[in-house]
Amino acid sequence: MSEIKNILLVGVGGQGVLLASELLSDAAFKSDFDVKKSEVHGMAQRGGVVSSHVRFGEKVHSPLIPQGDCDVMLAFEQAEALRWLHFMKSSGVVIVNQRVWVPPIALMKGFEYPQDPLGMVQERMQRVLKINAQQMAEDLGNPKVENTLLLGTLSTVIELPVTIWQDVIRARVPKGTDALNLRAFELGLQSVTGEK
Amino acid sequence: MKAILSGNEAVARGCYESGLHIATAYPGTPSTEILENITQYPEIKAQWAPNEKVAFEVAMGACFEGARTLVAMKHVGLNVAADPFMSVSLIGAPGGLIVVTADDPGMHSSQNEQDNRTYAKFAGYPCFEPADSQESKDFIAEALRISIEYDVPVLYRMTTRICHSKGIVELGDRVDYPISGFQPDPKKFVVLPAHARVRRHWALERLHRLTEYAEITPLNTIETGSRPIGVITNGISYQYVCEIMPDVSILKLGVSYPLPMQKIQQFAQSVDQLFVIEELEPFIEDQILAAGIACQGKQFWPTTGEFTPDIVQIGFVKAGVLKETSAFVKPEEVIARPPIFCPGCPHRAVYVALNKLKATVSSDIGCYTLGALPPLSATDTCVEMGASIGVAVGMATARGSGKGIVATIGDSTFMHSGMTGLLNAVTQNAGITVVILDNSITAMTGGQHHPGTGKNLDGRSSKPVEFAKLCQSLGVDRIKVIDPYDLIQTQEVLKAEMETDTLSVVLTNRPCALYPPENRKKVLQVPFHVNTDVCIGCHACFRVSCPAISEADTKTKKGLTQSCIDPQLCTGCSVCAQVCPVQAIQRVNHE
Ligand SMILES: Cc1ncc(C[n+]2csc(CCOP(=O)(O)OP(=O)(O)O)c2C)c(N)n1
Repeated sequence: MSEIKNILLVGVGGQGVLLASELLSDAAFKSDFDVKKSEVHGMAQRGGVVSSHVRFGEKVHSPLIPQGDCDVMLAFEQAEALRWLHFMKSSGVVIVNQRVWVPPIALMKGFEYPQDPLGMVQERMQRVLKINAQQMAEDLGNPKVENTLLLGTLSTVIELPVTIWQDVIRARVPKGTDALNLRAFELGLQSVTGEK
Repeated sequence: MKAILSGNEAVARGCYESGLHIATAYPGTPSTEILENITQYPEIKAQWAPNEKVAFEVAMGACFEGARTLVAMKHVGLNVAADPFMSVSLIGAPGGLIVVTADDPGMHSSQNEQDNRTYAKFAGYPCFEPADSQESKDFIAEALRISIEYDVPVLYRMTTRICHSKGIVELGDRVDYPISGFQPDPKKFVVLPAHARVRRHWALERLHRLTEYAEITPLNTIETGSRPIGVITNGISYQYVCEIMPDVSILKLGVSYPLPMQKIQQFAQSVDQLFVIEELEPFIEDQILAAGIACQGKQFWPTTGEFTPDIVQIGFVKAGVLKETSAFVKPEEVIARPPIFCPGCPHRAVYVALNKLKATVSSDIGCYTLGALPPLSATDTCVEMGASIGVAVGMATARGSGKGIVATIGDSTFMHSGMTGLLNAVTQNAGITVVILDNSITAMTGGQHHPGTGKNLDGRSSKPVEFAKLCQSLGVDRIKVIDPYDLIQTQEVLKAEMETDTLSVVLTNRPCALYPPENRKKVLQVPFHVNTDVCIGCHACFRVSCPAISEADTKTKKGLTQSCIDPQLCTGCSVCAQVCPVQAIQRVNHE
């Protein structure tokens, strides 16, 4: 069987997970791979659970990643990394944005946000990269580039040419923000150099 | 040229390439983006209809004129359009008619998971089932060809996973066709009993010819594998079978009705063991068994829920053809993130008030269905679009009084199928209260226009319905307009109307806080914050269920956790400030 790269992007509605997965699938498409991408939208408004499966390789059949086959998970939020951990290959890489987003339901009795989700992920997985993308995006002057920053980090663990990433970013981000987004991508890319 | 497209985008592209003339729909997840994407092709006239029945009727008229036509809806929409859908069987589809049904296995965003292939069999239409984006585009041309050649509507069945997954699609150019014009033929187009009896024989004979087509179409293909195991499958399940069992023989059904029973018989004879793998009902399996061919399916693969590669794999393990692989890791139970009303949603205060007033609430389908969830917990019933008023009238009839019974219905839903219910409430003299939650958009499905908004799909303006005038002419005497940001007024008006046994309509007058996006600026007001000198930590504000409100790090002198408001999320609607017993929630510029 031909090699397929399985990437899961997870987070909370409003964090830009779906745009990030659009960019990733575009980059894989432009790199001449067969690509499938799947997510369910409908009630995925602000604050809901969002997940997107992206798979690329010579020939991809299922748009969904089989459980236990995921090579890389990019989690935009700590508890979301935990929610989808069962999809991971034991040798896979989990990239966790250190952001914590407590849902309003936690205000009601009987619901609790997990104690230390990142710690739990680190306990179970050998290869975990953490990044404080929210802070870094704010330092760059625009919290909205958090997702591009995270893509920069993702780009260090999947092999797609950097020039293609840059093309895709230029083509997809809002007009006038391409320079900022390219800088965010670069920052995300450099923030993990050497520790994979 | 190639592009990466979702199933819905690919259907739209297929319509463009196959020379489609007219497309119509009523929005409904997961089908909505088909029509929205068709608008990028000005060659196709595209319009929203107020409901699926009207959309279907418009499509029939267009195709009677000889236009190549498509009508799209979600699965439950076909129930609404079922009357014309069934009867046009006896007329046919001279210009070509594709009926897209977008089914929702697993009920990602629907109230049921009915399998609409059943409708193809019911009406005697061919059922096309694409398995990826490329097929979602390519099958459109073939479906139109068959529709025209056999003079039959084609049921084009998508599912959520096909509609919303993206894949690579090879694009083609548009081929144009003239619209041939209506050819009057009363014996065909007027289905009087005398005509219909004759046409019924014609329709049965047409189905016979379609069966012959199903035997030879390349859409029903056999892929021979190295193991003597055969799988008959359709749609997305095909992809999972390829993924999990690359070495079996597969009969892939791109046309799942009528079934090519001879081909199936031959396929069955070529393998030692035959499985049928299909989401939802044993639609294919039952027909194969009825034809006396042995196969297994629903013993191993579930009848409810959406399939995944894992579910397909587990079925093969149960069937004994795959060895037990390493056990699946159980998912961690992580706190849920259920949808709640957006900050500034005009529906919020109505349900805060109805909860307080302990009304019996017969609700409907839309964003406001969220009024059922805790802590609002105001809604008692919700069935299907337009049900709220009829159900309320039935309750009032049974109780002998409409006091305390409130029907809540959105503006798009009222246009869709609420008006006749209200007309009946007038006729029955039912003393219920009807709240029309007019946020001036179809919000639930992502912000589409409807007859009350004054805009068409293509941006042309239309004459908007005036709800108060409409209700008046239906015969409602008591009509009240309320500002749903004014919780006190909302509660007082609802209380007064609930206490009288006279029919009344209460109209809300604030727009959606989200759609259309260009309206958002008008919705935003100065945000609120919690004054920590005043907040007593009673958490009354939590009960309005707003995403902008959360627990603060600060505590009261008694050690109770205070509340805080996210100024980025707060739209300044003021509903929380009105429930605060100590006026701790104040506008940000308040000194
Ligand atoms: C028969 C049918 N068609 C379409 C849908 C999809 N759908 C769910 S709610 C809704 C309309 C919601 O609009 P509105 O009543 O204005 O309420 P809002 O969401 O704006 O609050 C639609 C089209 C459905 N559930 N059933």
